[in-house]
Amino acid sequence: MRIIAMIKRVLREMVRDKRTLALMFLAPLFILTLMYFLFQSNTTQTASLGVRGVDTTLVNAVKNKHIKIHHISNQASAETNIRNHNYAGFISQSGDKLTLTLQNADQSKSAILKQSLQAAQIKLRTQAAATAIKSQQRALKAQQQIIQKLQTSLAMASRGARSSRSQAAPKSTALPNKSRATLAKQSVKPVNYSATTHYLYGSSDSTFFDTLLPIMIGFVVFFFVFLISGIALLRERTTGTLNRLLATPVKRGEIISGYLAGYGIFALIQTLLIVVFSIYAFKIQILGSVWNMFLINILLAIVALTMGLFISTFASSEFQMVQFIPVVVIPQIFFSGIIPISQMAGWLQPVAKIMPLYYGATAMSNVIEKGSNFTDIFGDVIALLIFFALFLVLNLVSMRRYRQV
Amino acid sequence: MAITIQVSNLQQGYGKTIVLKNINLTVHNGEILGLIGPSGAGKTTLVSTIMGMLTPQKGTVTVLGQRMPNRKLLAKIGYMAQTDALYSTLTARENLNFFGSMQGIASDKLKTQIPYAANIVNLVPDLDKYVKDYSGGMKRRLSLAIALVSDPELLILDEPTVGIDPELRQQIWTELHNIADEGKTILLTTHVMEDAEQSDQLMMIRNGAAIAQGTPDQLVKDYQVKTVEEVFLKAGRMQDENNRND
Repeated sequence: MRIIAMIKRVLREMVRDKRTLALMFLAPLFILTLMYFLFQSNTTQTASLGVRGVDTTLVNAVKNKHIKIHHISNQASAETNIRNHNYAGFISQSGDKLTLTLQNADQSKSAILKQSLQAAQIKLRTQAAATAIKSQQRALKAQQQIIQKLQTSLAMASRGARSSRSQAAPKSTALPNKSRATLAKQSVKPVNYSATTHYLYGSSDSTFFDTLLPIMIGFVVFFFVFLISGIALLRERTTGTLNRLLATPVKRGEIISGYLAGYGIFALIQTLLIVVFSIYAFKIQILGSVWNMFLINILLAIVALTMGLFISTFASSEFQMVQFIPVVVIPQIFFSGIIPISQMAGWLQPVAKIMPLYYGATAMSNVIEKGSNFTDIFGDVIALLIFFALFLVLNLVSMRRYRQV
Repeated sequence: MAITIQVSNLQQGYGKTIVLKNINLTVHNGEILGLIGPSGAGKTTLVSTIMGMLTPQKGTVTVLGQRMPNRKLLAKIGYMAQTDALYSTLTARENLNFFGSMQGIASDKLKTQIPYAANIVNLVPDLDKYVKDYSGGMKRRLSLAIALVSDPELLILDEPTVGIDPELRQQIWTELHNIADEGKTILLTTHVMEDAEQSDQLMMIRNGAAIAQGTPDQLVKDYQVKTVEEVFLKAGRMQDENNRND
């Protein structure tokens, strides 16, 4: 009865606040669309490279679609050339010594240049090796021909000597022929690799956006529910309505439940909107069950809600509530899987385990990209439920400040 | 006459700061008790303790025969806070409805109670307006209507007449006397002497201590002055003298 009145009030307040409503429903779609276009391109970055006095074979080997080569004839230093022309790098040769100078303002361009130079060196080395093998092969063939000639003449000689055993002779000549063929095959094969790539998840069209989307679906729900519910309860505190509410026989648990259910409904609509939008506008492939996605998002929403309600205890104005975003929300993005946890420093990795979004985003990525079922994400679901229980208890305790029963 | 509120040897405070000390108070059925005193004297703290929002540090508080704090008993207390705690995006009717159901009143009873409470404070024509469009005085009246809507046995009003014009104040007082005549108890805080004169019983609080207690007529007689205001001033001076002697 009281909970229903609470839910009704939360819904009514929300529906009348058109701007907040728009923020909750349209802002996530706007952010996701923006990201879709931002991370659409795979790797079309090009780095310009200044080249002076380098062997043409090497220059040709370095050339690829990510590098724009500029031939330089002036005698100015590498630094000056980079500064004047804004090259990503400059390469010069004296004797058989190569010097690569990098601008290093954009590390990804530096990486392209370093990789390309390395690849070129490997390419040249294999080419050299291949020519060496070919000349060896020719020498080998010549040798084998001599051996064959020797063998036939030897056979003819022995035939003449012992004509009774002549039937066995051709067999012995056939043997070296076979071994020569295998030898030739082995030496030619390593030069021409052709690679076929198979993708376990996604396809060759997969971009960074595909990795990002599952994380972002969880994040936007977490962020907006956190902010809106936190500010809503804060407003109840500052206007005194919470105090007034606690002057009625309502239980503290009933207030929290009303909030949970009321904002939970909005979180559900928000999730529905984001999922449908992702499927139709971004054409993402969801390998797992959509129901699992809803489950994860609802769990994230209730964790965000209880966390927002609790954090609002420490804020005395809306402005102070916003100040908690860099402290409470932003670090969660870092540990949500956008940067792979396994690539982090060893001491940093356990930090992810205290971030609710880490569990939500991991589970969401697994469901969407790997088709994980409920048993696979069970651990993450439990982790989120523990966070929910923790914040729920903290909320009930912190409300004691207003009424001690 | 049955006792509605019984406060004995109450000491109350926040942490180590003591706000109230040695408060003894008895309010009977059908009485109107006025708590008067300057701001910061501890009136709101006493009201919060009587309602059970705070647990007494020392002493006891009993309301309607039950020891406070007691959550369920809050259903029998109508409360009007000092600040207007209203939902501004809702209409007055929705506010009354919401707080009414929080108080535990059935929705069909609310249908008759809302016009009754709104009528006392002259808000019937404005019931379906949004609270954000209300004036300060209208908000005050709506807060009072919310306290009245549950038809409670005990009404606790914290500064009920601030921002209410004299004509409406007169009307509200007539209604409060009617409610008291039905056997219901009213406790109100004020620093307006006209309100004090309307009360059956007075308790004057200054610096956390009760400095004078009794009916307005009795107090005026005892202190050999002409008005309640002078009683308050004289009692305050006497408190200062005692403190100096200590």
